[in-house]
Amino acid sequence: MRLICPICGARDRREFYYQGAAVALERPVPEADAEVWDNYLHLRKNLPGDLEELWSHDAGCGAWLRVTRNTVTHEIKAVVLAAESGRGTS
Amino acid sequence: MRFNGFQIIKQGLTGNRGWQVHWRDPAPKDEYDIIVIGGGGHGLATAHYLSSVHGLTNVAVLEKGYLGGGNVGRNTTIVRANYMLPGNSEFYSHSLKLWEGLEEDLNYNVMHSQRGIINLFHNDGQRDAFARRGNAMVNQGDDAILLDTAGVREVLPYLNYDQTRFPIYGGLYHKRGGTARHDAVAWGFARAASGRGVDLIQNCEVTGVDIEAGKVAGVQTTRGAIKAKKIGMVVAGRSSQLAEMAGFRLPIESHVLQAFVTEGLKPCIDHVITYGMGHFYISQSDKGGLVFGGDLDMYSSYASRGNLPLVEHVAEAAVTLMPMISKAKMLRSWGGIMDMTPDGSFIMDKTHIEGLYVNCGWCYGGFKATPASGHCFAHLMATDTPHPAAEKHRLDRFVTGRHIMDEETTGAQHNLH
Repeated sequence: MRLICPICGARDRREFYYQGAAVALERPVPEADAEVWDNYLHLRKNLPGDLEELWSHDAGCGAWLRVTRNTVTHEIKAVVLAAESGRGTS
Repeated sequence: MRFNGFQIIKQGLTGNRGWQVHWRDPAPKDEYDIIVIGGGGHGLATAHYLSSVHGLTNVAVLEKGYLGGGNVGRNTTIVRANYMLPGNSEFYSHSLKLWEGLEEDLNYNVMHSQRGIINLFHNDGQRDAFARRGNAMVNQGDDAILLDTAGVREVLPYLNYDQTRFPIYGGLYHKRGGTARHDAVAWGFARAASGRGVDLIQNCEVTGVDIEAGKVAGVQTTRGAIKAKKIGMVVAGRSSQLAEMAGFRLPIESHVLQAFVTEGLKPCIDHVITYGMGHFYISQSDKGGLVFGGDLDMYSSYASRGNLPLVEHVAEAAVTLMPMISKAKMLRSWGGIMDMTPDGSFIMDKTHIEGLYVNCGWCYGGFKATPASGHCFAHLMATDTPHPAAEKHRLDRFVTGRHIMDEETTGAQHNLH
């Protein structure tokens, strides 16, 4: 599996660290109640098919990437910088 | 038919023509008292204990493929009770005791082999951690011996002891641990449950869960609608999909775990050995193949196959620890879908939907739990109260923070176990 880093180009999967579904871009406010935090931390989307994910290019430029990947075929549909991807769409 | 030595001799002398099929292949009825979704090891064990302990036989097990064709048919067969934290400790202790009586209970040879497990450690901190774990195991009533380097060398003379990165400081020896024949476990539970009247329905995929006024009414399947008063979900890596059908989410991420087996070799590895280089572990099957694996691939996956970097890493760990196997040819590799929870411990509970029960989150360690998972889940479904050995494994523990069982002490978050 190779990811195309918008900064570094196509790189081996081993250069990247996986952080899971891209819900981390939607961090609740600290005062949010336990249910909201539970949804954010634990109850993530986990179905076969396209998934919005966060990957970090640890062994490259260090950028956080928002990757659209198919969890059945491993096909990478899109990679954008998390910093530029905006929030609230996963 | 009961299996025994006399039968083997009789069948051997009569051309083996008298063996009977192990379970019936019934069509689904319109209604059951209890439906267990998932005909893997845990689902079949649940059916066995529902019928044997609780006398409930108006039960169906629905399996989308064939019995035992999922993770119970593709794992590395290790059986152990070396957990440390309250909740896990008593549960796996309970499971190992059930394993020790399983063949008599099922009248089936599951080839349970208590060959011993040795967890190697490689620095002072790990030694302390394993000493503590060993004490917890002994306190639970199970067995553990802390070996030093010489002690390990005596049992495992063929390891590479001249390592710089992972020197072998010793190992935690759990003698009652070992392996079992994975398929036979599923088949034994299936045969026992079917014999008592449980319907095991194959090629029957659940496509919807019927809920009326907050209560389960039945399921939609590829073989028609089936009504039920109680439904148990025991579908491992597919748990999130099934929960979606019932309208809720589970604290699970599905990951891929690979395992590998070599060509058959003469007996050379008598134990199960784990190594600190990337969760590597190895044993030798009774057929002679070396069975081994390592870490998850570490990204969400429903692909049932892994990636090559992990294959390379596991092979590196294998030959670093045991140079003697470097010429062994890898016969095949495979990947299973693991239902990973945030704390790495399983979930067995009622849900907010009356009559719907969930048994999931076994991460990459469900095989050793098979008997106790079935035993405790049957107890929960039959009596509506959790079995004492599994009562801490609540679905809501990540909200309440009560009874989080994080054996690896990495924090109760996804991606860390």
